[in-house]
Amino acid sequence: MIQSIVFLIVLGIASWIAGKKFLAIRRNILLGKDEPDVVDNGLRWKNVFLIAFGQKKMFKRWIPAVLHGFIYVAFLFTQIELIEIVIDGIFNQHRFFRPMLGGMYTFLISTIEVLSLGAFIATLIFLARRNLLKIPRFHKSEMNGFPKLDGNIILYLEIVLVICVFMMNGADEVLFNRSLTHANGVEGMAGSFNFAITEHLGPMLFGGMSDGTLAVVERIGWWGHIMVVLAFLNYLPISKHLHIMFAFPNVYHAKLASRGQMQNMPAIMNEVKSMMDPDAAFADDGGADEELPDFGSKDVFDIGWRDVLGAYSCTECGRCTSVCPANLTGKKLSPRKIMMDIRDRAEEVGRNLDSGNVELIAEDKRADEKVLTADNYDDGKSLFDYITKEELHACTTCNACVEACPILINPLEPILKLRRYEILTESAGPSEWLPMFTSIENSGSIWAVPDARDKWTQLIEKENPPS
Amino acid sequence: MAKPLEIKTMEQLAAEGRAPEVLFWVGCAGSFDARAQKITIAFSKILNEAEVDFAILGTEESCTGDPARRAGNEFVFQMTALQNIEIMNMYKVKKIVTACPHCFNTIRNEYPDLGGNYDVVHHTQFIQELISTGKLKMKEGGEYKGKKITYHDSCYLGRVNGVYEAPRQVLENLDSQLVELKRSRSNGLCCGAGGAQMFKEDEPGDKRINLERVEEVLSTGAEIVAANCPFCVTMLQDGIKAANKEDQIMVYDLAELIVNNNGF
Repeated sequence: MIQSIVFLIVLGIASWIAGKKFLAIRRNILLGKDEPDVVDNGLRWKNVFLIAFGQKKMFKRWIPAVLHGFIYVAFLFTQIELIEIVIDGIFNQHRFFRPMLGGMYTFLISTIEVLSLGAFIATLIFLARRNLLKIPRFHKSEMNGFPKLDGNIILYLEIVLVICVFMMNGADEVLFNRSLTHANGVEGMAGSFNFAITEHLGPMLFGGMSDGTLAVVERIGWWGHIMVVLAFLNYLPISKHLHIMFAFPNVYHAKLASRGQMQNMPAIMNEVKSMMDPDAAFADDGGADEELPDFGSKDVFDIGWRDVLGAYSCTECGRCTSVCPANLTGKKLSPRKIMMDIRDRAEEVGRNLDSGNVELIAEDKRADEKVLTADNYDDGKSLFDYITKEELHACTTCNACVEACPILINPLEPILKLRRYEILTESAGPSEWLPMFTSIENSGSIWAVPDARDKWTQLIEKENPPS
Repeated sequence: MAKPLEIKTMEQLAAEGRAPEVLFWVGCAGSFDARAQKITIAFSKILNEAEVDFAILGTEESCTGDPARRAGNEFVFQMTALQNIEIMNMYKVKKIVTACPHCFNTIRNEYPDLGGNYDVVHHTQFIQELISTGKLKMKEGGEYKGKKITYHDSCYLGRVNGVYEAPRQVLENLDSQLVELKRSRSNGLCCGAGGAQMFKEDEPGDKRINLERVEEVLSTGAEIVAANCPFCVTMLQDGIKAANKEDQIMVYDLAELIVNNNGF
């Protein structure tokens, strides 16, 4: 009874805190704009099945794909055990599913044990890959500090989790051998759970322990398991590990329009159309008084919410950066850093919004508005405080980062939106681009060439003079 | 015997009351860059030999706007794009072929939103179709027979538009030995020119991107690197020059290889 109450309190508090944090993240993502994309829900679900559930794109690099696959499948299956733990915890049961599932239960828990062992080994290899092997993508400058620690914390928690599973099942196995288990349906009987690994591992590790110690080990395993899960739940919102949830919606919402299609800007298109159309030139009166809107994006408020969702979904694996031609040749641009910066900025804005600090209300709105909202927010900062122009300018738009991401995050989209802001709103950008712009505008060519565009045809005549 | 080649413009044909089956979109590089002009002429010869009914826009063609748009200048993009669309719609253009993957991408993927809907193919796809339908007869045992050729996927034909096979099938017709680069198809490495990089100095770094790519090209031991983009050709050529390997390897567009093989 007391255990049930303690369990409910712990579960309640952990869920409450995590729930609040997840709602804040949802709010932060929706700070971004709603942008049009191809409507094809069938294709979106297909992507979720193949790319999110099926991990299709992970297999571009098969070693990490197999290792990650173990942890991923173990994670999926462990949810069954987790549901049981929650039911057991609330209703003071022990192995609630066992009587109703019978042999299936043995099979499921055995599967979980085998997968957990696989995940355990994979986690150790991942720790070695991160810390001992010098895999360049784990050692880029944006990984210094918390991101590096973050990567390791998750792996340590994973190890604790697996150890707890084996403690719980192993000790319970020995208790069952001694007819001391409380498991539903077999209380007071002697026997074996026949779980694939702990049937052997349990007696081997815990066989020499006293009945009292065994009961404690089993409870440490049980409580440890659920505590690590609840700790995870509360750690996810500040961690790269959020991808275990967000990968799915991110894949669903990923851009479906062609990679080669930059978002059209209808406002500018219509402006140019009316400039070209002599009849329409004067039709649009009153337009001159309107303040010119900002074009492109400078902050989380004016990139797409898909971009912010991508930023929160990023697990900082660095596949994008490891294939970026700019990064490979020593330029500052790293697509991963762009996504990390967007998340950091969204978090900063979110924290400030939560603070309700009225000093963050834009100066020109302070007289009328007394409550800080996303609409009147102005902290004097923007994404450009995180992402430098140098990074943006180095992008070749080659789409290698887009191709590389296993969960369809698109770092190119925000890069191009920020470039648009720099060129269109700030009228800045690399000065060497100006002659190209001017030349296209004046002579319809990327280079200012005095020759006619069809002059090359004369070269043919030179080659084969007409007879 | 090479057939006499005369390039007609859409305007000339319209004056004769005719419209060609296909518009050859030449692009800025193809029109003005001395190296790319050779590719333009080579592809014109192929069209001519295969008796394709084609014309160019000539002086009525403008930049598609790709580098301006990717640099961030939507105004300049819209101005040049809408002008092109107006002209092409006036001529009721239906099918377009171009030897530039940037033009190909922009007209194919970005012009529809602006009111320009055309069937756009890249010249490597077009050549492949001419060969497979028998309209272009390949001379067997040409000058590339048995030679080691490697192929550089351009980003905008390959990764962006998913065209990987057509150019490779064209190369197979040369009886040469195709050696793949380490980073090819969807993993292909950029030449460094895209996203308006062509028009500015590199950002500070360790190396130029084209040199990184050329080192990979050289490691194949190929005598020829085939490309499908005038900007890639320039970047690869510059990289080979910087590596002092001009006597070891040549850069050609696929159209040029076909013309050299067939002796047009």
